[in-house]
Amino acid sequence: MENTISEFGKVFIFLALGVVLVVGGFITSRLLRPFRPNTEKMTTYECGEEPVGSSWVQFNIRFYVIALIFIIFDVEILFLFPWATIYKQLGTFALVEALIFIGILLVGLAYAWVKGDLEWVRPNPNVPQLPTKKFEKMPARPEASLLSLVESITPASASESSLPKV
Amino acid sequence: MNALALLLVMELGDRFALMGVVLGVLLTAVAYTVYAERRIAAFIQNRTGPDRVGFDLIPQLKFLKGAIGLGQPLADVIKLLMKEDVVPENANKFVHALAPLISLFAALTTIAVVPYAKGVAIADVNIGILYILAITSLGVYGITLSGWASNSKYSLLGGLRSSAQMISYELSMGLAVVSVVVLTNALNMGEIVESQTSNPLNWNVCRNLLGFIIFTTAAFAETNRAPFDLPEAEQELVGGYHTEYSSMKFALFFLAEYANMIVACTVIVTLFLGGYQVPFWTDAPWFVQVGAFITKTLFMMFVFIWVRWTLPRFKYNQLMDLGWKFMLPLGLFNLLIVASTIVIFGNSLPLSILNLVLVALCVAGSFAAKPQSKMA
Amino acid sequence: MPEINLSTAFFIGLGSLTIVASLGTILSRSPVTSALFLVLNFFALGGIYLLLEAQFIAVVQVIVYAGAIMVLFLFVIMLLNLEDEQRLTERYDVKKGFAILFAGLLLVEVLYVVGLKTPAIAPRLGTVAAEIGTAKYIGQQLLTEFLFPFEIISVLLLGAIVGAVVLAKKNFGPERATAKTTL
Repeated sequence: MENTISEFGKVFIFLALGVVLVVGGFITSRLLRPFRPNTEKMTTYECGEEPVGSSWVQFNIRFYVIALIFIIFDVEILFLFPWATIYKQLGTFALVEALIFIGILLVGLAYAWVKGDLEWVRPNPNVPQLPTKKFEKMPARPEASLLSLVESITPASASESSLPKV
Repeated sequence: MNALALLLVMELGDRFALMGVVLGVLLTAVAYTVYAERRIAAFIQNRTGPDRVGFDLIPQLKFLKGAIGLGQPLADVIKLLMKEDVVPENANKFVHALAPLISLFAALTTIAVVPYAKGVAIADVNIGILYILAITSLGVYGITLSGWASNSKYSLLGGLRSSAQMISYELSMGLAVVSVVVLTNALNMGEIVESQTSNPLNWNVCRNLLGFIIFTTAAFAETNRAPFDLPEAEQELVGGYHTEYSSMKFALFFLAEYANMIVACTVIVTLFLGGYQVPFWTDAPWFVQVGAFITKTLFMMFVFIWVRWTLPRFKYNQLMDLGWKFMLPLGLFNLLIVASTIVIFGNSLPLSILNLVLVALCVAGSFAAKPQSKMA
Repeated sequence: MPEINLSTAFFIGLGSLTIVASLGTILSRSPVTSALFLVLNFFALGGIYLLLEAQFIAVVQVIVYAGAIMVLFLFVIMLLNLEDEQRLTERYDVKKGFAILFAGLLLVEVLYVVGLKTPAIAPRLGTVAAEIGTAKYIGQQLLTEFLFPFEIISVLLLGAIVGAVVLAKKNFGPERATAKTTL
């Protein structure tokens, strides 16, 4: 019983040694380094611009879904470990068992795949609109491509253009 | 309580020296990996790399003059120690300071269970490989938290990308490990190495080549190295999750990143390349075994650096598609191949041949298929 | 002074760490700090499992709870952008009442167990404990005696995947995602 604990105890002591080393580094650094803060230095870095708002904002929910699916497969893999350690003893029987186990979960993976939860496409951005309800919109012209616009302002076709004459 | 301390010292006396050595070697190795990376990158890109700093201040080392720049890592460490530590005003100070410590913690505790020679390891944990997976899964926190705590947009984006990437590739990594455990029937790192014997055909890289490829790829992603270095994609995210870090805290991230790389290499060597086993020399003395272990690790590290300066970075959707739609099914497929070949053949030699043939078929098949089908 | 051996000392250390971490979880004002304390708590609990020679359970505790579920929690906290406690205060006190009721019941239960002090509850591990805790033993049990539950677990996990997909669908399906505007 002492064995397991003491082996992990060694890991712990190794870690403690590492921490001592790092803390030593911190203290040395604290003694050596300057500390002269000013407003510019302490702002958040945004490529030289004034930072806009806090960056603790809501992000894409897709990260959350990925984490959710990850947990499920993580648990599956953990269940495979005890199976793997006695695999050679049980042979074909264990193989069949694992086939069933993995097969059922593959259905789940296929389901998430088909439903598009594994796709990583660009999100649908919610672009804030300016309140321009006051005046009615100009009716869209079917020929309003760049080419036709160029044609419309050239003198040859100026007469039949729908643009207001200057 | 004095008796307790005495008991601890007695129990651990023989390991203390080893711990010191490992820690010292690891930290020096980290410093010189940075140097090696810069030199190799320079070589690949037809530049010179760091070539100025020598040890002129120490008379005995004066012969290592400039030219190859061996003093560069030392100079870098001193520079980082003496830099001002700037923490943004709006950051969460406590979490900001905690994050690099967690990163380093994860890197350091992993190496403690890797055997360097027969019976030589800091801790001989019974469930070694699971322990490594557990600690790796904690490494996510260092990056997520640093990204969040800095209260900077670049950091947040880098941290989020990175954590999603790490958890996605953890799955394929876990499956590759399961396939190794199926072969060796052991979770103990020492036993895994022992079962690979000194015959290279018995090493898991031969018995389970596909698993090796999956694990190595996942290790690239877990250590956030190119082509999976999106969390710190300089061109778009400045420094990614460590944009707002400076001085000692930045040094810790740097340390953790390279320590992670070294540790990942040692784990790959242990699981797949026969660990400390010397080819065709069954009971080699311990220093030869350590030498073999270090040589293999250095080789893997060279591969890591080589890949970084050769392959371009993925796009994020490609990265996620590769992880979920290719690596995860491939990992399950590989597990089934390994498991069924064991049932059919049992013996390891036909197993490795069959595995090699199957992998060759897979590679040929993936070349024959349209490239889009892999990661559209 | 009772005998202090290594495992008792470890137990005291880990136990107090668990308590401190639990208190930190409840008492810290920032949800992120709270979540971090919970991670520490899971970690210490893993250590206590180790003391009980349940190696596999200990590792599973760390991998699943600390490594996976808490990442999800952090994501949720960051996603909802919960900055301080004020936003989380309940308007209705029904939940609070239930919480107090269950906490009281739990306290009674703990006091009852502590008050019993029968040898059955005293922390004595049998000699087979070390063997029972290994992954090998668990695998043997899973594939022989508990074979049916083992297979049912996969169905349970399948249900969880379907649930996750359905939950996610509320916000974005492939239909909405493909009909995206380019910016």
